[in-house]
Parts: sequence; C-alpha cells; structure tokens
Amino acid sequence: MNELALDINQLNFSYGKKQVLHDLSFNIEVGQCTFLLGPNGAGKSTLFSLITRLYDQEKNSIKLSGIDIKVEPLKALAQLGVVFQQTTLDLDLSVKQNLFYHAALQGLSRKSARTAIQKQLEQLNMYERKDELVRQLNGGHRRRVEIARALMHQPKLLLLDEPTVGLDIASRESIITHVHKLSDETGLAVLWATHLMDEVLEKDKVIVIHQGRVQAEGTSSELMQITQRESLSEAFFTLTQKQGE
Amino acid sequence: MTHYWFALWGIVFRELFRFVKQKERFLSALVRPLVWLFVFAAGFRAALGIAIIPPYDTYILYEVYITPGLIGMIQLFNGMQSSLSMVYDREMGSMRILLVSPLPRWFLLTSKLLAGVFVSILQVYVFLAIAWFYDIQPPIEGYLWILPALTLTGLMLGALGLLLSAFIKQLENFAGVMNFVIFPMFFMSTALYPLWKLQESSEILYTIAKYNPFTQAVEFLRFALYAQFNQEAGLYTVLAFTLFLIIAIIGYNPSKGMMKRKGR
Repeated sequence: MNELALDINQLNFSYGKKQVLHDLSFNIEVGQCTFLLGPNGAGKSTLFSLITRLYDQEKNSIKLSGIDIKVEPLKALAQLGVVFQQTTLDLDLSVKQNLFYHAALQGLSRKSARTAIQKQLEQLNMYERKDELVRQLNGGHRRRVEIARALMHQPKLLLLDEPTVGLDIASRESIITHVHKLSDETGLAVLWATHLMDEVLEKDKVIVIHQGRVQAEGTSSELMQITQRESLSEAFFTLTQKQGE
Repeated sequence: MTHYWFALWGIVFRELFRFVKQKERFLSALVRPLVWLFVFAAGFRAALGIAIIPPYDTYILYEVYITPGLIGMIQLFNGMQSSLSMVYDREMGSMRILLVSPLPRWFLLTSKLLAGVFVSILQVYVFLAIAWFYDIQPPIEGYLWILPALTLTGLMLGALGLLLSAFIKQLENFAGVMNFVIFPMFFMSTALYPLWKLQESSEILYTIAKYNPFTQAVEFLRFALYAQFNQEAGLYTVLAFTLFLIIAIIGYNPSKGMMKRKGR
C-alpha cells in the first residue's frame, strides 16, 4: 500500500446524546483524489470539522500523513489545505491581501508568500486580478482564490467541502480539471465532498457515507457493480436508501 | 518562533486594513466620544461640579474629568466591536481559516485581541489630538504614560468581548448582550462621575461601580494620562484581563468549550 495522506480509524462523534458518526474508517493514499458522497445530514461536514480540528475527536482516530491529530495537532494541521463550503475570504480586502494573511498564519515569510501567491494564482489564471477586492469577484473567481490559498503552503492533503456549489459549468470544469491535475502531477491527496456525481472521474475513489457510516467505497464502476446499477447516481441512491427505508 | 511573529503581524495588519477600509467604522468610533465631549459634557458642566481629587491638583472642568472615561468608552466599544466581528466571522465562516491554522488557539485568540487593541489605541490618539484643541491638555509625558495603560485596558476590554463572543451563538443575541454589557458597565463606573458622587446617591451603586472592571480601567487611564501610576486599578485590570482571557480560551477550546456544544 502507498503512503497514507489521511487515515481515519473507527471515528465516532456525538452532539450530546445524538451520535452522528459511527465507527467511521477509511483512508486516502498520497496522490489519490477521493470523493465523499452522502445525503444532507450524513455527517460530511462533521467529519470535515473533525479533520480540521474545529471539533475535538473522542479517541485518537485521525492521522494526517502519519501524524496523529490529537497528539500533534499543529504539525498535523500544517499538512492540510482547506476550502470550506461557505466562502471564507475577507470581502473588504484584495485578493493579494487575503493571501498574504493566510501566508502569515501558515508561517511563510513575505518573500516566500509573494512567490507562492504568484505561482498559485498564475496556475488558476487569477494573477492579473490580484489587486482587486474580493467583493468585486464573481463566485467562480472567489473559489479559485480560495483554492489558491489552500495550496500556498504546499499541503499534503486538500479538503474541499462542496467547492463548486452555485458555480457555472465553465468554472466547475476549470476547478475539477485543476484539482485532478494537481493530484496527478504533485501527489496531492484530495478529499472532496460533493452532491454532484459528474465531478467524479473514473479513476477517482468514491466513499459513500450515510447516517454517519461508510456504506461503500471504491471507484465509480466498482460501486455500480456492487449495486448493479447503470450510473453512479443510481448506485448512490441505492446505497443511501437501504437504511433510510 | 518566526512563524508566531509572522502570524501576529498578519493578524494585526488584517485588522488594520479592515479598519482603514471601513471608513464609517472609524468615523463612528470617533464621533461617539466627541459628541459626549462637545455636547454632553458642555451641557452638564454647571450641573456636575468636580472637587479636587487625585490625580488632579486643581479644580477641573467637567470635560477634563470625563476625557479618560471617553477613552475607556472608545476601547469598550472597540472591544465589543471586535468580538461582534468574531461572531460575524464565525457565522460567515472566516473564523475557521484562523482556527485551522497550525498555531495554538490561545496564541491566535491573543493575537486577534492584540490586533483589536492596536486599532483602539490609534482611535484614542486621534481623539486626544482633537481634544487638545478643545483645551483638554494633559502633560506631554501623559501621552507616553497612557500608551502601556491603553494596551492593558484595551486587552482587558477586548478579552471581555472575546469571552462574550465565545458564548454567543448568533449575531442577533449579541445586540442584546451589548445593551446589557456596554451601557451598565459605562454608566455604573467613574467614567462620568466620581465614586464619591455616586456614594452620595446610592450605596449599592457605589459598591457596584467600585468593583466594576471598567471603573478600574478608567481610573488606571486617568492617572496614566497625568503621568501617574494607580497601582490598585492596574492590578485589578490585570486580574480582570487574566480571568476574562482564560474563560474565553476555554470557550474556544474544541474539546472543552462552546465550540463543541454548539456544533459550530
């Protein structure tokens, strides 16, 4: 087995008495693009909050690049780039100012930050817009800036929480292509939560979670085979209806 | 160590940029105490005679008396404004970017606090510069003495705001707390009238005002502005700051605090 960028082992989590994650276990290898599919309330956002340590896990169940997030949280978080579902850019600051702020939080010097900003923005065709206020950018461009920001400190794992919601087809395409390219070329591991099945490529790994449990995992063809369905969407509905019925 | 240094500057600069960009915020932060100074203090000048009390060594005008109180007001509002923006940031999600960075949470929150204090100090100096032309002219060295005092009082009031922001779930609830915190703290303090005046009217009010951390902050500032050190007020402010900060950090701790309970 290749090196693991994310290793989740028997993760449980409850809000008070209500358990939302039940013995959740899966892993992501370096360079692997993994899609997390699940209906609303399946536990995807809770899982993201636990990986990013916004919530504290009950046991030592999450490792990022082999580092236990509960034992060495700061070292583990340094391996992580995140794009949250809601935009987290400061609308009153320019693209560049937002990125410098993030670079400072990640401990990059001014010089390294400048190089990283140029590199990431150029890759997403946003460099010429670096001085514009984020408020002036459309949704697609804001998302690109957030992806550039998440990659500036060269993380090993990129978490994307429904990054393409509300974007037009061209913007979605450009994000899907860029992330897959990064994963192929740099070995970046990706965990991408989505409801949009057409974002999944044949080679990608898919994990279906439902009611806080992993229902199935594999490539989209494997899931179709397990469920004996013609498409990933149908396979997903089959997998998520079983327990709901 | 350099990582901490870069992060601190990043957080301070962000707060500064935001403040400069939000011109209305800067203006209202300045207009509020100036209205109190030019209108309220002028109107009450005759009604509220002030006896000679330390740190003053002569009879003073009411405007001179309330100036430290108004400085405290700037910092009180700024502290609450910063925490309001933290509740907003949390609702809007941008707080997450701060909290997922690879630095200890206590450091991130303290840096955020320092950034707010830095902005409040700028506001105070602009206010003092305008007040100078209105004949409120403390000794020159007072302008230097007040700098560390402002840092301490700003930290204390900012930590109070941070504490409130950790325990407030929604922006709407915050407005209510502002009314229940800012106004009682300001009016039940020595910002507008000395303690002995309050004692004349009500023993209970006097006791509340005496132990109100805002009173101690205002008194610390009042003495510093006249290049004097009020040890009791200073110690009280340090203690209040420490207490507020510890509770706020617990509130933001993912395993112990409200972050977990609220599921945010």
